[in-house]
Amino acid sequence: MQKIVALLAGILFGAGLAASDMNNPERVQGFLDLLNWDPSLMFVMIGALAVALPCFQILMKKQGKPLFTKRFSLPTKVNIDKQLIIGASLFGMGWAIVGYCPGPAIAALGYGYGDVFVFVAAMLVGAKAQQLLPTKAA
Amino acid sequence: MFDSVSFIHVLGGGALIGLAAVVLFAGIGRIAGICGIAFSLIAAPITQQAWRILFLVGLVAGTLLFHWLSGQDFPPAPDTSMPLLIIGGLLVGFGTAMGNGCTSGHGICGISRFSTRSIVATLTFMAAAIVSMFVLRHLAGWSI
Repeated sequence: MQKIVALLAGILFGAGLAASDMNNPERVQGFLDLLNWDPSLMFVMIGALAVALPCFQILMKKQGKPLFTKRFSLPTKVNIDKQLIIGASLFGMGWAIVGYCPGPAIAALGYGYGDVFVFVAAMLVGAKAQQLLPTKAA
Repeated sequence: MFDSVSFIHVLGGGALIGLAAVVLFAGIGRIAGICGIAFSLIAAPITQQAWRILFLVGLVAGTLLFHWLSGQDFPPAPDTSMPLLIIGGLLVGFGTAMGNGCTSGHGICGISRFSTRSIVATLTFMAAAIVSMFVLRHLAGWSI
């Protein structure tokens, strides 16, 4: 059942990315370019949050546990540290340069463009490099 | 590029993405953060990876399914030179791994949980991306 839920969620997510044209790097870069602004991404976020925010709040407060597992797996870190700010800033730079964040990049693999495979490979190398860095006590 | 038709698409597509996050959270209690899911697969082997692989397979399948059902053309590939494509990929991978999240994990799930870390991360990567775009495209004249 857990596997079916994950597959279904992935399908919905991928369909949503395609429907909202978020798999189009030009469209995303248009949102980031204030001199030639395309508000699409803002409305995608509004649409997503309009559904997710009330549901997450109700699930965490009223439901208390997921349907098919024992508990919600929530991130344990709560403090705002340098890692978060530097990481988010580096991500923002890369996002602007290409117009892909991780979701659309992976979803766009299905289009079969060589460039997308190059981007995803570089992304995985970048992530692996970060994972291999000696971790400081946080 | 942006009109009333695309308005319905972006709002509806966004709602589908939100629904996907709710299904994953309500069903198995997991955060639909794409980078977290993808990068766990390349980290030290851990148990219970099957759901992650299936989620990512679904992501690709869902996108193709939409184009197949709607008849809409595929969007273009990135219009970015090879060196910048690689630099961008490295930055996105390194940055989201370091900041523990991307647009989906921090931007949608994190904000929906009222996580302060995620709200700060989202504002930071949005601001960094907008500033980078302005500086690189308009001041430095890069073709990105």
